Amino acid sequence: MAEFIRFERITKFYGPLCVVENLDLGIEKGEFVSLLGPSGSGKTTLLMMLAGFEQPTSGNILLDGTAINAVPTHKRDMGVVFQSYALFPHMSVGENIAFPLQMRGIGKAEVDERVKRALGMVQLSALVDRRPSQLSGGQQQRVALARALVFEPRVVLMDEPLGALDKNLREQMQLDIRDLHRRLGLTIVFVTHDQSEALTMSDRVAVFNKGRIEQIGTPRQVYDEPATRFVAEFIGETNLVEGVVEAVQGQEATVRLPSGAQIVSAVSGTVARGQSVFLSIRPERVDLSEARGEARNVLETEVTDSVYQGDHLRVQLQNATHPLIAKLGRRSREFPPGTKVFAAFSAGDCRVIAP
Amino acid sequence: MPMKIAKATFATLTILFLVAPLIAILPLAFTSSVILTYPIPSWSLRWFEELFFADAWRRAIVNSLIIGTGTTLLATILGTAASLGLRNRLILFRGTMRTLFLLPMVVPAVVLGVGMQVLLAGFGLTNSYLGVIIAHTVVAVPFVVVSVTGALAGIDERVELAAQSLGAAPITVFRRITLPLAMPGVLSGAVLAFATSLDEVVLTLFVAGPNQRTLARQMFSSIRENISPAIAAAAFLFIVATVVIGLVVVLSRSMLAKRR
Repeated sequence: MAEFIRFERITKFYGPLCVVENLDLGIEKGEFVSLLGPSGSGKTTLLMMLAGFEQPTSGNILLDGTAINAVPTHKRDMGVVFQSYALFPHMSVGENIAFPLQMRGIGKAEVDERVKRALGMVQLSALVDRRPSQLSGGQQQRVALARALVFEPRVVLMDEPLGALDKNLREQMQLDIRDLHRRLGLTIVFVTHDQSEALTMSDRVAVFNKGRIEQIGTPRQVYDEPATRFVAEFIGETNLVEGVVEAVQGQEATVRLPSGAQIVSAVSGTVARGQSVFLSIRPERVDLSEARGEARNVLETEVTDSVYQGDHLRVQLQNATHPLIAKLGRRSREFPPGTKVFAAFSAGDCRVIAP
Repeated sequence: MPMKIAKATFATLTILFLVAPLIAILPLAFTSSVILTYPIPSWSLRWFEELFFADAWRRAIVNSLIIGTGTTLLATILGTAASLGLRNRLILFRGTMRTLFLLPMVVPAVVLGVGMQVLLAGFGLTNSYLGVIIAHTVVAVPFVVVSVTGALAGIDERVELAAQSLGAAPITVFRRITLPLAMPGVLSGAVLAFATSLDEVVLTLFVAGPNQRTLARQMFSSIRENISPAIAAAAFLFIVATVVIGLVVVLSRSMLAKRR
């Protein structure tokens, strides 16, 4: 597949403040890419530049091989969905959805037909004559979605579109949007600060921090193989333990922890012998038992607290030099505080990250 | 309980204080006497007749309507354009500019009047309708700016961005989105501009000639020459006009509220 959208060395300053720094990113046709990061990381600014609402200070944005920096928003042919819905309050639902079609000079009969189809797609056919203010948040967001899709734009841009919805509705909409993406073969750029939303919906996730992309990859890659400390901490929960590399063997490294324990771990990037590094150990990959067992990596710890959380048991551990958190499946036995346990995990379940 | 009574008494007295002049003048509009004093010998509509058929008064009413309409159009267009311009965050000295637009509201009318007289004389516009309309527009624009700025502030900028992204050129965004959403503010601004023009005496004294005597100006001069109850009838007209104007403003406000 050819690259459809290309950000080329994009830099954006607001006054003296650099919000996007020398950023390169390619997006393929039909791909669902999430821009994930904390607020102020530059993800929304990048989306606004793609939509044409903002101009990059330097660098090029290419769409289908052509630079679009000088193309005004209304000629870019991109559907934008905002967190605040941004429906036209003085128009009915039907008029809202007809708007982009009217802008393209499409005849009335076809407009009516396509509005009807778009409303059917988001299951709101009965509400065509309502005003936006008469709809619930979820319904308004469906109208905004229908309006952004009805003119078959080349790209659909979404700026935290589900941020204002409550949890259940949000999860439903996530699945609905994912389904629409697959059925219609849309190219979607989706901005969110919610990591589980990004993992649920995307083909690829670009993790933003301070105006740069820290890592881009499939949800599995960014979760299981975090490239940087920031990615490891931002996506999901993790244990970060400092250590020194003792030996490197191909894709694995042996790390000595301050407590003296030796851990064999998979490596992100390149590390050298003697280097100080972080080990990222996902809490749900840690097994606990009172016997030492056969696992490759074992840490001697003591349980300090244990919290039942419905779908899992969260156990806080303390070893001689650092704390550790383990999430155990609900079938696991309970460990009362004070129990001495062995925390075990395989080399593939942890990751060496250069600081 | 005594507190409640005290509050009620105070409120009643305050309201009385505010409307007492109206209560004093309005009944006199319907007197049959030829002088503007109590007691009223019998009720009559003769002063309204005088108002509509005596040349000076009829002329004044027509002048007020001409000048009021001109002022409303000019002030609404200028004020709306100013409010739209002041929305732009990149504009230099935005705060200062906004203050400048509102300045005529607080500058003493006498000062404005003298300045206006000198300026308009320079352009040969004293004693002309255009001159009076320009003078009235200066004091009417701030009301439009305040009203339209308020309406524009209520518009979510992303609604306009969304319209752009859906294929609307900037002029179309203005025509289809911004203007309709700001319309209640524009309308109430226009109404306030008309009311300002209707009520304006000081500037009119400075710049208008005998041919541009407005109703307010006519009342002012006739109360010195002969205290005829026609003044009270004219005052009655003003009150009616003001109530109508007030209703229009309230109505457009509630229209705006319903939309949100």
